Amino acid sequence: MTEAPDLPLWAAILTALLLLTGASITAIGSIGLLRLKSFYQRVHAPTLGSTLGAGGILVASILCFSVLEGRAVIHEVLIALFLTLTTPVTLMLLARAALYRDRTEGDEDVPKELD
Amino acid sequence: MSATLLLGWSITISQLILGFAMACATWRVVIGPRAQDRVLGLDTLYVNAMLLLVTFGIQSGQTLYFEAALVIGMLGFTGTVALSKFLMRGEVIE
Amino acid sequence: MMKRILPYPLFGLALLVMWLLLMQSISPGQILLGCLVALIATNAMSALQPETANIRFGMAMLRLPLVVLQDIFRSNLAVGRIILQGQRQHIRSGFLQIPLDMRDRFGLGVLAIILTATPGTLWVQYDRSRNLLLLHVLDFVDPDHWVELIKERYERLLMEIFE
Repeated sequence: MTEAPDLPLWAAILTALLLLTGASITAIGSIGLLRLKSFYQRVHAPTLGSTLGAGGILVASILCFSVLEGRAVIHEVLIALFLTLTTPVTLMLLARAALYRDRTEGDEDVPKELD
Repeated sequence: MSATLLLGWSITISQLILGFAMACATWRVVIGPRAQDRVLGLDTLYVNAMLLLVTFGIQSGQTLYFEAALVIGMLGFTGTVALSKFLMRGEVIE
Repeated sequence: MMKRILPYPLFGLALLVMWLLLMQSISPGQILLGCLVALIATNAMSALQPETANIRFGMAMLRLPLVVLQDIFRSNLAVGRIILQGQRQHIRSGFLQIPLDMRDRFGLGVLAIILTATPGTLWVQYDRSRNLLLLHVLDFVDPDHWVELIKERYERLLMEIFE
């Protein structure tokens, strides 16, 4: 259950802290997905997981593998780059879709078409 | 030895936390109430699953999980984009 | 001549770096393969005739990431607090219209990524003819604060880089 790579103590503590913070922030984001009241409020919640949450976990991974293999292992940077580029695209598209649907249904709470 | 034990437990705990986050996202997919809420939940689910795979990678000490995480991320991105497009227009490719 | 072989040098270099990161090695063979991939991809790209950005290298390019990282960190804490406190406090979220000065497409693209990646703000819609941005804000204390934040903190730096 508790298998883990053999790291020196300082690296182990740092990796553990980064992992726990990252996971907690991601979880807070997902909790927000449940607790916030309207759709437009909920759209903001997942960005916690894809910024600081992912950042913490990916830095932990970089640290762990770099210490383990004795050289810089930084391919996690690719995941970070990928996340920063794709999350805005998906959220923007989703918000636009929601706005379009609300407008066609004549919802009074959303702003009218920019014209 | 104690360092390994400490790291092992923190990895397990973070995996549990991430699992809980995935459960929250799944619950949003189930309860809706509208289609856009479900798609948002699905997108969050993908990101959380990707992070969970990275923690599995740290646990096993293998870089194999990295590729899996990248693939999950890409599939999630395309899926969400296609679904959003569908919600907006009723068609994926016009 | 050089222009024909390597139409987009920065893009090609980025592809080469990505290839090496994916392969996790810097052996001569992989570098050669990566160069080949970069060459083929950039030449295929030129068939699409993309617009090229006028990037000015300078201090703004170093300052922008620092400013953005700092803001992402701060707004993560702010949004986290809002989520955990839940129903007990009343948050006012809503849409905001912001007139922009920047017209460069790449600058606007980067601004969209920054605003959406920062928890608490979401780029919803942009009107090119009036250069107007529709933004959704999770908790606006006062609207002027957000307008000022975007115009002073990000737009000025982005215009230094891209225009």
